[in-house]
Amino acid sequence: MIQELLSTPLFGISVTLIGYALAQLLYRRTRSVLFNPVAITIGGLIVLLIGLDIPYRQYAIGGDFILFLLGPSVVALAVPLYSRRQEILARKKSILIGVFAGCLASIGSAGGLAWILGGSREVVVSLAPKSVTTPIAISIVEKLGGIPPLTAALVVLTGCLGAMCGPEFCRLIGVRSPAAVGLAVGTAAHGIGTARMLEVDHLGGAVSGLAIGLNGMLTAFLLPLIYLLFS
Amino acid sequence: MVRGFAILLICQLLGEMIGRSLGLPIPGNVLGMVLLLISLRSGLVRLAWVSEIADLLLGHMSLFFVPAGVGVMTYAALIGKEWLPITVATVVSTFVVMAVTGWLADRYETGGGE
Repeated sequence: MIQELLSTPLFGISVTLIGYALAQLLYRRTRSVLFNPVAITIGGLIVLLIGLDIPYRQYAIGGDFILFLLGPSVVALAVPLYSRRQEILARKKSILIGVFAGCLASIGSAGGLAWILGGSREVVVSLAPKSVTTPIAISIVEKLGGIPPLTAALVVLTGCLGAMCGPEFCRLIGVRSPAAVGLAVGTAAHGIGTARMLEVDHLGGAVSGLAIGLNGMLTAFLLPLIYLLFS
Repeated sequence: MVRGFAILLICQLLGEMIGRSLGLPIPGNVLGMVLLLISLRSGLVRLAWVSEIADLLLGHMSLFFVPAGVGVMTYAALIGKEWLPITVATVVSTFVVMAVTGWLADRYETGGGE
């Protein structure tokens, strides 16, 4: 009977929701960046699945239902963008400069560090677009001959890292404007960072959502050119 | 709420169709976001139709990333052999990007005037 139940969407959906609710409770109690709800839920579910010897594809039967909602959520990012359009247009110069510099810094630092530390060509290519939203990052890496699943994993890890400490790190280094914090977190940590920004600040969340699209398109255009220069 | 959800899905669907037919590397949901923005701007879609569902979805957006994150477990072995360059580059680069973008955006925002 257990096996049968594990093969229905009920399992994946309920463990995800229960895990997330518990992680949120833990976060509200502690208010510590170490207990970021997404990172804790992901970590907890991985431990649970490995502990109970349940393969990922069985979890995904239900998990895919939740993942599906990500698509319309990204579309919905147009709503805060539209309602804060005046404030965003007033900052168009700083937004464009910030994303452009962030895009180059991301490709340069991720690819460059991996190369200096002796990473293979495939790994360097797979790392370079790690700050970009998953579907864009994967299509770039496929074209340049990297390892798409590795990129997918690194994109998620980068997102969790940015979501966990992005707003706090920005405050620490003296970035004060909420729009600049949103731009930084969205450029570095795409959708997962944006999800966190939406909880922190409305304008920051809107700008962060914009940064996903801008950095994604810019990286899709620039990374193949940079790759040609170095190969 | 149902109308709003349908509008979001239609935008995503059109985004997928445009992206695939033009062979763009940009995902359908990002193109859908652009389409919804244009629809709101042109008055084709009213803000009131989509604001309720957008607030609901965006308020829980973190949750929707959980399954993709759990999927990392299936690729854990890929990180194995070259874990040092991968980990250092991923962590350091994430902070470098936030610092570069945050500092520049903050500086040009205050310098450029409101």
